[in-house]
Amino acid sequence: MGIIKASKLGFDYFKYNEEGEEPEKFRAIDQVSLDIKAGQFIAVLGHNGSGKSTLAKHMNALLVPTEGTLWVDSVDTSQEEDLWKVRQKAGMVFQNPDNQIIGTVVEEDVGFGPENMGIPTEDIWKRVDKSLEAVGMLAFRDKSPNKLSGGQKQRVAIAGVVAMKPECIVLDEPTAMLDPNGRKEVLKTVRELNEQEGVTVILITHYMEEVIFADKVYVMDKGEMVMEGTPREIFSQVDKLKHYRLDVPQVTLLAHELKNAGVDIPDGILTTDELVDALC
Amino acid sequence: MLRDITLGQYYPSDSVIHRLDPRVKFVSTMVFIVSLFLFKGFTGYVLATIVLAAVIKISKVPFKFMVKGMKAILFILVITMLFNVFLTPGEVLAHWWIFKITREGIVLAVKMGIRLSYLIIGSSVMTLTTTPNQLTDGLERLLGPLKKIRVPVHEISMMMSIALRFIPILMEETDKIMKAQIARGADFESGNLIKKVKNMVPLLVPLFISAFRRANDLAMAMEARCYHGGEGRTQMKPLVYKRMDWVAYVLVLIYLLGCIALRIWGGMLP
Amino acid sequence: MLIELKDVTYTYSVGTVYEVNALEHANLSIEEGQFIGIIGHTGSGKSTLIQHFNGLVQPTSGQVLYEGQDIWGEGYNLRALRSNVGLVFQYPEHQLFEVDILSDVCFGPKNQGLNKAEAEERAREALTHVGIGEELYHKSPFELSGGQKRRVAIAGVLAMNPKVLILDEPTAGLDPKGRDEILDQIKYLHDTRGITILLVSHSMEDVARYAERLIVMNDAKVAFDDTPKAVFAHYKELEIMGLAAPQITYIMHALKRKGLAVDTAATTVEEAKKSILDALADRRKA
Repeated sequence: MGIIKASKLGFDYFKYNEEGEEPEKFRAIDQVSLDIKAGQFIAVLGHNGSGKSTLAKHMNALLVPTEGTLWVDSVDTSQEEDLWKVRQKAGMVFQNPDNQIIGTVVEEDVGFGPENMGIPTEDIWKRVDKSLEAVGMLAFRDKSPNKLSGGQKQRVAIAGVVAMKPECIVLDEPTAMLDPNGRKEVLKTVRELNEQEGVTVILITHYMEEVIFADKVYVMDKGEMVMEGTPREIFSQVDKLKHYRLDVPQVTLLAHELKNAGVDIPDGILTTDELVDALC
Repeated sequence: MLRDITLGQYYPSDSVIHRLDPRVKFVSTMVFIVSLFLFKGFTGYVLATIVLAAVIKISKVPFKFMVKGMKAILFILVITMLFNVFLTPGEVLAHWWIFKITREGIVLAVKMGIRLSYLIIGSSVMTLTTTPNQLTDGLERLLGPLKKIRVPVHEISMMMSIALRFIPILMEETDKIMKAQIARGADFESGNLIKKVKNMVPLLVPLFISAFRRANDLAMAMEARCYHGGEGRTQMKPLVYKRMDWVAYVLVLIYLLGCIALRIWGGMLP
Repeated sequence: MLIELKDVTYTYSVGTVYEVNALEHANLSIEEGQFIGIIGHTGSGKSTLIQHFNGLVQPTSGQVLYEGQDIWGEGYNLRALRSNVGLVFQYPEHQLFEVDILSDVCFGPKNQGLNKAEAEERAREALTHVGIGEELYHKSPFELSGGQKRRVAIAGVLAMNPKVLILDEPTAGLDPKGRDEILDQIKYLHDTRGITILLVSHSMEDVARYAERLIVMNDAKVAFDDTPKAVFAHYKELEIMGLAAPQITYIMHALKRKGLAVDTAATTVEEAKKSILDALADRRKA
């Protein structure tokens, strides 16, 4: 069993109308199964409202499945007594950088998780130092989070999760509110954590450029897992992705168009270099 | 820019006062305020002035920052003083229409003025030399015993520090919403009071909705980081008294005893 | 000339230690009917710039002219200006407040002094133009999806019948399809209603595709002001500013270096495809 495994996961949420009598039932995720190996970099793609955030919240036990089971490091997330174990094992970074930083000083925010876990003071400091260093924010430790850029705030949020020494980090659209530089910054940090510290990364996003480095990509639509494969396999299916309200990086699209026009190049070109090599 | 406003007007410096434990500063401020109301004669105020001046000097905070806090209460100060001047019965010095100025009134007004000003300056010394975070930490520890009677001390202090973090964010947001609505022709300035209040709706609705959304997000983020109240929680920066803090406590005690002595035997002094 | 900025400088927190120029000596003129892209990284001054166009901020020095008149001159009607120069901010959540969509869009026209019937007519027209159907009119704006919220927010400004529409990152946070839909809608407004568009964006790909003119802000100054093609020719300088050209530009330059005779000025997938196909055909002939 991998670090995160889901078996036929289903989740319903209810929407109450103004009279509050008959709640309407909506299925946010349906029959989702996956198995994520430790140390992998996983991307989950999907348009707004495809259920990808709902799935992410299951991995941290912020939501528990209506049906099916989800295991984090072999712990069933629906077991209430294991709640804090699950949350420590699978750390979560959210979309809005402002709404997840609790401390008024960077280092105190990073220490928030370890404090909650009851780590002794001395060890908290060690963890905070190490985490801030891992995300390259050590120089900002005394700063107020309000004075940081969006990308820097997200790095602090990541450090806050790293300080809890999780097995994996789930990032729920961490770059959606950032500018291109902030996005690069956050992505670089996440990749380094994955490569150097061996942390399993699950990146939820709808930016195609962010997933080309992933070991594996999942695509969600209407609560279901509709595609699964390596980035190359996924990006070879340009038309199918468009059908799911997604697109592909410009270079992949260009290669696809050229191929359609009769040029002899392989499917699923991911980078400029690959296209140039194929053409020249 | 709004985000540059330092909340709680902390003035960074590395004086002895800055380094004191927030609990010491809190207790000292309380003692100082109490002492202001203990004094009967002016001798006491001389003592308070000397102590206050000394503390300000040691704190390395420019005096003008101390007085800043005064501006906000100037109106209340003047009103209080006027009330005292006119409404205290006693030896009439001047008389005009229904107003009488009495000697006792003037004395009381001056005392009241000094008390209020010193109260503000005294508390300013505390807020200027202590970060908002240290203040909430200190308060949490000082109020700790109240936990026994089920006062949610940890939760209150957590709420205070979260508020401190979010006030600048919400202020900036208010500014953005105002601009967005002004761009749609909203008018936040003209009209009478009722109209003005009504005109605030387009500002307040988005602001509240945003605040609720933020609160919801934050609660989730805190849960995701294993927050489950104060129980079993350790602290990254626990408050520990150092030698300097005990020295300060002793000095405060001496000051308090001095004030009490003045109160009891003060009548014998000129 | 519709809008003119003459040597505009804007300084934050004048007279304090935090004093900083958000805009320095900006000279720009906006002509009627243009589709202009504005790019620049966060803090480059582009937000301050757009807020000058409708008088939300007053320049510390310099002049802003609308149809030749100084908008900060005595007796100038700023509210009328804001009807003519509509500004849609990045987050629709900052402006939506009414109980239903229709009344929310009516807010602007009502502030212009129109009566209920007239305002509703304007609102209906605007909502139709952004592709919001009648079935949604009486829904709460808070129940909508992200893309729909943006449309309603745009309609809220559009209903004031502006001549100029300024949009601050209207696609931030939207998925690719949602992004394309909004941009196509803006293009449609430009083409059918003849509205002058100023589009603030972080996406070079988007401005390359839609804008006819590109203003690049850097370090509080106007760094470039030209056609997208001409601007992207400076892609190395853009990188120094923390920006980049569209991916296509890089592909074309790389191909050219490898000896394929492609047009390096191509900035969109369609242009690139055509140029590459032509170049490949020429190579085969040769």
